[in-house]
Parts: sequence; C-alpha cells; structure tokens
Amino acid sequence: MSVLAGKELRIVGFLCNWCSYGGADTAGTARAVQPTDLRIIRVPCSGRVNPLFVLKALINGADGVLVSGCHPRDCHYSAGNYYARRRLELLKEFLPVIGINPDRFEYTWVSASEGQRWKDVVTNFTNRIHALGPAPRWEDVPARYDRPEELIESIRPLGCGEHPALPELRQAIKDALAEGLEGVLGWKKGFDAVHAEPVFMTTPEEVDSLIWGPFNVHNLAVYLPQYKGRKIGVVVKGCDSKGVVELLAENLISREDVKIFGMGCNGTVNVSRILARLPEGAKIESCIGRGNKITVTADGQEYEMTMAEVAQDKCRLCTKPNAVLSDVFVGTPTTEPAAPADGRSPALRFLDSLSLEERMGFWKGQMERCIACHACRGACPMCVCRDHCVSDTRDPAWVTQEDTVQQKLFFQLIHAQHLAGRCTGCTECERACPMDIPVFALKQQFGRMIQKIFSYGAGLDVNATPPLLTYQVEEPTIKEHDLA
Amino acid sequence: MSSLLFATPKELTSWLAKLASDRRVLAPRQEGPSVVYRPRTAEELASADLDALLRRATASPKQAMLPQCETLVTFKSVKDAEDPSKLTTTLENPCVAEPTVLFGCRPCDARGFVVLDRPYLEGKFKDPYYGARREATVIVTQACPSAFSSCFCNWVGSNPSDKEGSDILFTAVEGGFVLEVVTEKGRALLDGADFADAAEKAAEVAAAHEAAAASLPSPSTLTHVQEKVASRFTDIAFWEKETVKCLSCGACTYLCPTCQCFTITDEGSQLDGRRLRSWDSCMTPLFTLETSGHNPRPSKAERMRNRVSHKFSFYPERYDGFFSCVGCGRCVVSCPVSLDIRHMVKAAVEGSTLEFPEDEAPAAEVPSAEAPAAPVVESAPVTEAPVEEAVAPEAPAEAPAEAPEESAPVEAEAPEAAPAEESAAPEAPVEAPVEEVAAEVPAPEAAAEVPAEAPEAPAAEVPAQAAPAKTSAQTASSAAKTSKSGRSGSRSSSKSKAKKR
Repeated sequence: MSVLAGKELRIVGFLCNWCSYGGADTAGTARAVQPTDLRIIRVPCSGRVNPLFVLKALINGADGVLVSGCHPRDCHYSAGNYYARRRLELLKEFLPVIGINPDRFEYTWVSASEGQRWKDVVTNFTNRIHALGPAPRWEDVPARYDRPEELIESIRPLGCGEHPALPELRQAIKDALAEGLEGVLGWKKGFDAVHAEPVFMTTPEEVDSLIWGPFNVHNLAVYLPQYKGRKIGVVVKGCDSKGVVELLAENLISREDVKIFGMGCNGTVNVSRILARLPEGAKIESCIGRGNKITVTADGQEYEMTMAEVAQDKCRLCTKPNAVLSDVFVGTPTTEPAAPADGRSPALRFLDSLSLEERMGFWKGQMERCIACHACRGACPMCVCRDHCVSDTRDPAWVTQEDTVQQKLFFQLIHAQHLAGRCTGCTECERACPMDIPVFALKQQFGRMIQKIFSYGAGLDVNATPPLLTYQVEEPTIKEHDLA
Repeated sequence: MSSLLFATPKELTSWLAKLASDRRVLAPRQEGPSVVYRPRTAEELASADLDALLRRATASPKQAMLPQCETLVTFKSVKDAEDPSKLTTTLENPCVAEPTVLFGCRPCDARGFVVLDRPYLEGKFKDPYYGARREATVIVTQACPSAFSSCFCNWVGSNPSDKEGSDILFTAVEGGFVLEVVTEKGRALLDGADFADAAEKAAEVAAAHEAAAASLPSPSTLTHVQEKVASRFTDIAFWEKETVKCLSCGACTYLCPTCQCFTITDEGSQLDGRRLRSWDSCMTPLFTLETSGHNPRPSKAERMRNRVSHKFSFYPERYDGFFSCVGCGRCVVSCPVSLDIRHMVKAAVEGSTLEFPEDEAPAAEVPSAEAPAAPVVESAPVTEAPVEEAVAPEAPAEAPAEAPEESAPVEAEAPEAAPAEESAAPEAPVEAPVEEVAAEVPAPEAAAEVPAEAPEAPAAEVPAQAAPAKTSAQTASSAAKTSKSGRSGSRSSSKSKAKKR
C-alpha cells in the first residue's frame, strides 16, 4: 500500500456495502474535502468484519483501522451490526495486551445519506492517527526476555496427599463399565513419578491404574468431541468440568453420551516448577505427597517442596475445585473459596505493568522462541476444528509459513479470538507449550474483558449462550464511539 | 597440539567470546523456564553464567542447519517496456551460510546432524542450503554429565559421550573442562586458543564418561526392530491403541533433532515473491492431504505410525540399518500428554507377530555346545542375546567368550546390517580409535559381537541387544579383531562405517 511518504499514514477501512460505503460515495459526490490516508475495503455488512481482519492489518503494520456499518436497527441483514458491535467492542478492549494502542482502531456507524458525517468520521479518525504517529514496527521494538516468575498466593489450601475416596471412584467407574460404558477417560502414572498421562480405561485392570492427585494436570475434556456418538465417561477436576460444560453448551457433545465422574480437587502441580528444584537431569525415583508437601526422591537425594511453591497458577486462583456438572461425585467436595480479588495470571499481571511498547517487546521476545508446533491448539479442549483449523489453510491465507514474530503471534491471536467467550481458563495451552510461552495471557485478556462487558464466564452453565453468539438491541455496557 | 586440552570455565567463556567476535556463536540461553539456542554476542559470552550455557536446550539445535523457515529463492519478473507480454525474471538465492560455532549441544544433538546428513547430503541430490551451513558450522559438543530420565541414547547405538557428529567434545572435570579434538575442523577452531595440554586428564575424562553412561537405564533388549515395526504397518488397531491419548499436536516433530520433513510455499505475488522452505510435521493432516480431498493418513494413528516407522523402520531400511532416532527424549519429556516413543517401539516389537527363529531360543542354549563359560546370561540384561548368531547361516563356531565384567550400558553398537564388503574385510572394526577405547576400558575381556558374517541378516536391530551379552565369537578373524578393540568393538565398527560413508 503505497503512501505519500511523510504525509500519509496507512489506514485501512472496512465499510459495509449498504450504508457506510454509500455514505462515502455521498461524501465524494458532494465533493467533500477529506484526508486521503484511508484505504477502503468494501464488505457486505459490518457483521462480516472478522476481528481477525483488524488484527491482521494492525499486526502487519497498519497505522489505524476503521470499521463502519449501518446504524443499529438499520442493518440490511437485520442483526449483522449487533453482532459486530459486540465483537468489535471486545476487540478494542483486547488490543492493549499485545501492545497496540486501542485508539488505532475504531468502529462507528454511518448511513448512506450521511455524506457530511462520513467526512467528519474520516477527518477525525485520520487526525487521531496522525496525532498518534506511525505505529511502532515489530522489527524496531526491542525484544524483552524477562518474565518474573511470580508465585501467586493461593486463595485456598492446596494439597497433594492421597485422596481417600479414590477406591470409591475406581469402583464407580468399574460399575459404569459393567453397565455398558465403552470406556472412561482418566489418568495413570506416566514415565516417571512426577508425570501422569491420560488413559482410556476399558477394563477393570485399567481402572486400577487410575490415579488422582497433583499430577493429573491434563484436561481430558479435550478428547470428548472425538468420541461423539459413543457412550463414554470422563473423570474431571473442577476446571476440566468447565470444559465439558462448554462443549455441551455449544452442542459439540451430547449429554446422554458422556458420563461425568468428579472428585474434589486440591490443586495440581506445574511439573516444570518441580524439575526446576532438582539438578538438571536428575532421575526421579519416587514422589510422595503428604498434606501440602511433596517429597521427590531423585538420584538418591530427597527434595522437599510445598504445593505453594510448585502448584499451577490456575490452581492458586481456582474457585471451582469441584466438578460444576457431574453424574457421579465421589467423596467430600472441596470447600469452595470466594473469588480472588485479582484473578490475573502472573503473565497478565506483568503485562499490565508494562507500557504498550514494552508489551510489544514482551511478545516479541516470547514469540521468537515459538517453534509453531501448535501444541497449544492440540491441548485446547475448545479447539474443536482439529484437522480443519483456519490457520492451516492457504486460502484464506491467515498465516504464512514464515517464522517471524508477527506470523507466530498472529496464530496465537487466531486461537485467542476463536476462544473469546468460550475459554474456560484451564490453561492447557500454556502447559502444553514446550517452549513455555505464556500464551494463556491472551485468552485471559479476552476472558476478563468479557467478564467486564458481559458479566459472563464460560463453562458454568450448559444452557448459557456465549456472549458473542447473541446480542441485545440496546447494549447497556457498550458506549457509542462517536467520531463525527 | 594434543588432542586433549584443558580449559578453566573462565578460559572457556573468553574463548567463546573471542570466537563470537568474527563469527556467529550459537549457544543455549535461559528464557523463562526454557533453554533456547540463540546467536550470542561476545560481551554476553564473556560474562555468561556458564551453568546456564551448559544446560540442555529445550528444542534441539537442528535449526542451526535446518532453519524453521528459510527463503530458498526470491523471484522478480519485470515486464518489457516495449513488449509487455515479455517477462524478464531474475532469481536470487539469499542463502548465506555464516561461519558458525554451535556450542554446547549434547552428543545426541550432534549425532542428529549425522542422521540429517544422509538424506540431505548423500546421493544424487544434495541440498546446497543444508550443505553450506553444515560446512560452515563447527560443532562443539558437551559430553553429558548424566542422563535425563527420558534419555535413551543407549537404545539407538549411542552413549552420553558419543563423538559422532561433533568436531570438538568437551567434558566437565574437576576445575574445568577437557576439550577433545574430534575432527580437523575442530582442531582448526582451537588453533588460536591458549589451552593447556590435558593428556594426563584422560583417565578423569574416561571416568566421567563411564559415570554418565552408567546413569542411563539399561538399554533396550529388543531385536529385529526394523522388521517388526515395519510388520505393524497394516495393524491400524495397534496404532489406534497407542495413540489414544495423542493430541496430534506435532510438538514432538519440531523438537526432534532428526525430524527432517519440510514443506515449500510461495509468498508474495506471481511477479515478485519468495519461495520458502519450512518445517513440516507428519503429525498434521495437511502433511498428506491430497488435492482431491483424500487423505491417506486420515487419523492420528496413521500419522504416529509414520513417525515411529520412519525413525525405526523406513530410515534404517534406506540407510544401512541406522535408526533416525538419537534417543534424546525431547519428544517424551515435552509431550503434553507424556506419550512415550520408547513405549510405542517396545509395544510394536514385543507384540509383533513376525517370528524370527532365534527369538525363541533362550540365550544359553544356542552356544551351549562349547559353552563352558555360561555367565553370559546372568551378566547381561539381555536374554535373547546370541540371536544373530542363530540367524546367521554360517555362524559355525558359537564360542561364547566370558561375559564382560560389567554389563553397564555400552557406548554403542553397530546396527546389524553388515554390508557384504565389510563382512569380508577383516580389518573393518580395527579402524576404530582403538587406543582411546583401550584407555577407557583397561581390561576388556569379552569380545563384543560383530555380526559380520550375516550379510543377509536384515538390517537394523535395536543395537543394545547386542550389548555386553553378545559374546560369541564368530570366526577366528573376527574374534581376533574384536577382542583387540575390546568391549567397544561394536562401537568402533559403527564409527568406521559412518566414516566410510
């Protein structure tokens, strides 16, 4: 997109065919004098504007992006702009986390007859972007590699001892298998004492290998869609159950197909934190949990650590330790604590403390080491497209094969955007990342903005509709962005 | 210059800093909880915390030679001013292979490059991009001080101090490091360095290597891995069972030092663009998706079958029995669901319906005729030890030698595919660095087995099964030569083979 060097900036406009594009025409016919920075892309409806259009433009160097559609109640497709309003408002709130000034993006409404209004919108937005200056380029921002390893204090006691009700749970599963369930997803001991692995139990012997404890990190809800139409069971922690609920709410699995087994969870560990307390390469011989203390024996040496030191971040802030939905709940439920005053992950806390440009630098530093394996996607229970992810297509070509920070970050933005209003915060994306990139912060940014705007949390109610799949004619929590 | 040099930690970092002044030095850097290879500046290296520099990288260093994405060619077409239907197209190759030092990779990583060399540099079509970088890179490897619980290099014919693929191998000893020159390239790199001679530390180095080898779990005792994995090709139920928990994410392939597949895409416009080569993963559906929409590997079971079979069956079949897995264990330790390739290979082999006559033969029986020294069986973790001898048609004199003193994991092992000319050449294993082996193992009693006269014994074994228990001497000549190179005879033959190639 060539610009007049030093005079023009790169501003992209997405205009709906029926109103705003007509408005721009009206302004042109009226010979209204307006700035020439804007490059217009005509779309059928503002509801057609995928927030990823905007993100892609901004990530790849646009200085500003403007979306304009018909006024609310005026949509030529009845409700397109109502959906757009929700998505775009959320997008605007999201932008700061990746270091993009939210003022560089705006959405507004202009009708076909409002030539004067269009002129004002373009002039004001262009002036605003000129005041901001050219957008910082990813190439020029200094990468930051620092990331304080902050240990958040837990809002409830965490434990790692043997769960007294485990035999009861095993029995319940054996009974269910005997009653004709094809199999039950659970965990068993992994290749060493601090790793568990998922297991699809079909026989009583396999059920005997079921474990419950701090190493049951995996969210087994991720496997459910692939068993659609088969009668199976799944063992869940509180956080996993939210994934099951969200899948049910979205009709991706059927309630009658899945039997949910729950037990009170006392927290799980971040295995990297355990390994960081051992010498490199130490061979783990055993691991015993008592109360809130874990004793790892490696290379003949004992290492003591507490759950407070090694628990996953999500467990420290967890308010749903018991399955929110279950068919069989075994043992005493864990006491549910009140919501924490600050539910942000350490990475999000750190990001919030940085300036916009520093945030860009943060993501640049983090994404540089991304190997684009997409384990984040594989481990995500809500990534149900599986073999048909949009990021894998060449047409539309959302991402290229290039290993630049922009491309790799854009993949993360696709993931985060597609999880807006659906992410249950299980943080499996981050746990699965072999390079330990704090990708959950992006999803959490969407999550907290959804909480703020729509007072909605995903995965709690089977009958709820995710906020981006619905709208209200009057949105009490969304302010009009008037550029005219 | 002696081939053993001693450097204190300070000397080592200043040497690296000096190298960084006129070439690219790739060394591990701690970033959050992960360790990543990065080009390091002289200043960084001069003040680097050596412990951090010596940590094992989370992802393998293969991108030093095979970048995650590289531009193969840029193209630009200009229309003729007179005749716009005429296009003049110019192509440019932007590949620049900077002189590079790859510091601190582990023996498995270095060996990974040997695995990559075969497809990329052998045969009719050599890859100039890979070749240029390989040529320009000097590999300075750190002998592992001890093995990780996910390590299994001794399964695939290697060991924690394997020199294969390295130009310099350094070993931590009291007060510093002993650097051993492995190749001429390595020698040239050390030319300017002012390190003290360390010939007298040879014993200490050997002890460190022994200790590291001893820290590995017992090697696998699997036999006929190549054939048995291959025989599972049509057994989809097996792969479905093994991949129940696989998320099909592909992290394993990208972390792997030997996964070598790539895809090629064009970016830009038809008139002005670039052709990119980037890593691809057989764990993804796109890897095999055909234009028609048909996918010959429709599910994760077929995809994992491909990954395991490529490492343990297709590659050995193509390249004289060498596995293309180096046993680094990254795919095990970084798998989000702890899927374990060791387990999969074991399950594929152990439950295989393919039968080899010797599989049933208990170890002690085969050589029983003239086996006065039977301790073989107890001493080794291997039961089906003398397997090859049974299959070898002319294995006439199964004279089991005494068992080796310790059954500790052996350095390495020659894959069983013994090409004909080698089996004929009595001096094949002698090319090995006999003296240094002798230094490591002062009193080798047992002749390691060299299955030299079994040319038709199909390729690849899990090497380890040939390990210490393999004591039967074959023929007079091979017995003589193997006893010369002692316990590591098998390893030496593997080396000599690698060199020949």
